[in-house]
Amino acid sequence: MDLILQGFLEALRLLWTLDREVLAVVLLTLQVSGTATALSVLVGCTAGTALALSRFPGRTLVIASVNMGMGLPPVVVGLFVTIFIWRSGPLGFLGILYTPAAMVLAQTIIAVPIVTGISLAAIQQLPRELPQQILALGATRAQMVRTMVVEARLPLMAAVMAGFGGAVSEIGASIMVGGNIKGHTRVLTTATVMETGKGNFATAIALGLILLALAFGVSLALTRIQQRGRIG
Amino acid sequence: MSAPPILEARGVKVRRGGRDLLDIEAFSVPSGETTALLGPNGAGKSTLLRVLAGLEDPKEGGVRFHGEPLPRARDRTAARRRMAVVFQSPLLFEGTVYSNAASGLRFRGVERPEIRRRVAQALEALGIASLAGRSARTLSGGEASRVSLARALVLRPEVLFLDEPFSSLDAPTREGLIRDLAALLRGERITAVFVTHDPTEAVRLAHRMVILWGGAIVQSGPCEEVLRSPRDEAVARFLGIETLLEGTVVSARDQSFMVRVGEREVEVAGSAAPGERMLLCLRPEDILLTDLPLDPAHLSARNVFAGVVRSVQSLVHTHRITVDCGFVLSASLTRHSVEGLGLVPGRQVHALFKATAVHAIRM
Repeated sequence: MDLILQGFLEALRLLWTLDREVLAVVLLTLQVSGTATALSVLVGCTAGTALALSRFPGRTLVIASVNMGMGLPPVVVGLFVTIFIWRSGPLGFLGILYTPAAMVLAQTIIAVPIVTGISLAAIQQLPRELPQQILALGATRAQMVRTMVVEARLPLMAAVMAGFGGAVSEIGASIMVGGNIKGHTRVLTTATVMETGKGNFATAIALGLILLALAFGVSLALTRIQQRGRIG
Repeated sequence: MSAPPILEARGVKVRRGGRDLLDIEAFSVPSGETTALLGPNGAGKSTLLRVLAGLEDPKEGGVRFHGEPLPRARDRTAARRRMAVVFQSPLLFEGTVYSNAASGLRFRGVERPEIRRRVAQALEALGIASLAGRSARTLSGGEASRVSLARALVLRPEVLFLDEPFSSLDAPTREGLIRDLAALLRGERITAVFVTHDPTEAVRLAHRMVILWGGAIVQSGPCEEVLRSPRDEAVARFLGIETLLEGTVVSARDQSFMVRVGEREVEVAGSAAPGERMLLCLRPEDILLTDLPLDPAHLSARNVFAGVVRSVQSLVHTHRITVDCGFVLSASLTRHSVEGLGLVPGRQVHALFKATAVHAIRM
């Protein structure tokens, strides 16, 4: 208990004193996971909506792959991203290994299936006849898709939150492709692992609590957007 | 003379899951009239409606709108914007009643003042003007159905499709909505295609009735005509004809013929040759019951049979009485009549009906 209390006090101290190092880690965490979430929402919402509204041979196979991808082990993602962006790898010319860009890439790959899977379910839970009803009211296909997305906005926001949760909480891939370099690629998760490894439990707890507070803050903001205007 | 058709379907075939859902040789929707597509569940009514509304492409054949073939699915928005569909479930969007009613006009890019004017008119016509600011989520089933209708009518469609819009409503709500919709359709001479499995709804709303069975049209014509002369036993039963008697023509006269049913003979208006097998259809409301001794010579009704009441069943507004007079007849009477005649099982009565009330189907 003493350890947790110390950690809590340390967290307050680090935040209160606006510790430059911690601040940099928090900002980079927000930057990397925020960008990865934005990219995964762009790709995942589009893919999920398209999958929900289209019929093609092999669709079930694609959906099964997406569902499997929702539980993609981050270390496996980290391994393949590392291989791809390794100096001699197919994307080695980008020179992004051990940079925040590589971490964004890895986190995006982890979050895309999560956002796609939940978006697919969000659109599919709308009444089956709704697309036909929208078209029958004179909508173009683009207007129909937009109306469907607006109608599913509550569960779609859940997809955004789950995507952010997946990105911000993963660690294996970030360490592998980012390297946990101080002041460059160190984020809250990798810093927490490092401090725990060094036996600095108070700092590790402090970083963990900050990570929790950050995740809660972002979720709260997204929930407020989700619940705005909702009646009943 | 009937108006030229707005919509025509020719040689339309729809297959799904290896099964033929629809096989329509020819079908047309006359302008300014309401056509009811009637049939049991799975008859293909809703599929035909979706094909006509350009929401589903048939495997074979096609639909012509004002004489022109419907364009390919991706180029069909302009044609679809001249029609509107109301589905069984109201399928309202999140938001207010007003924004729901305005949605179709917004899709068309209509200016706001015009939207305001037309939505106000439509909500007024359906008696829901006071609900304009209400959230669609808080509406009762009947109110939601009215909003769904207003959302379609506000578009002033050249053809309005209605796919069983009342089936989920309770009886009084349905009654009110049918009454208001019938007035609107007739008053504005709106061309409409109305899918239902209820012959009563069809009669109240439609000019014409088209009966679908197993994906094909088995009978069509003005409502009264179809109700009076179903083409076979299945259609007769579906249309609520409860008395169906099999018999053989024993003699023919000038304008009528006699059919032997069991030990009795029934006179039927029309012509037939002796020896022909017939199925006689009698609607419950065409059979009269009396406890007076009757002399057929002094009656215009050609068929008078002594019988015994077998059962008295109370329905919502009427009573159904079955009478055994050598064959079983089913008559529809008001509660007042049942009580006046003291009709109980075992009571001796006379059943009478006109020769013209009998519809004979050759077997």
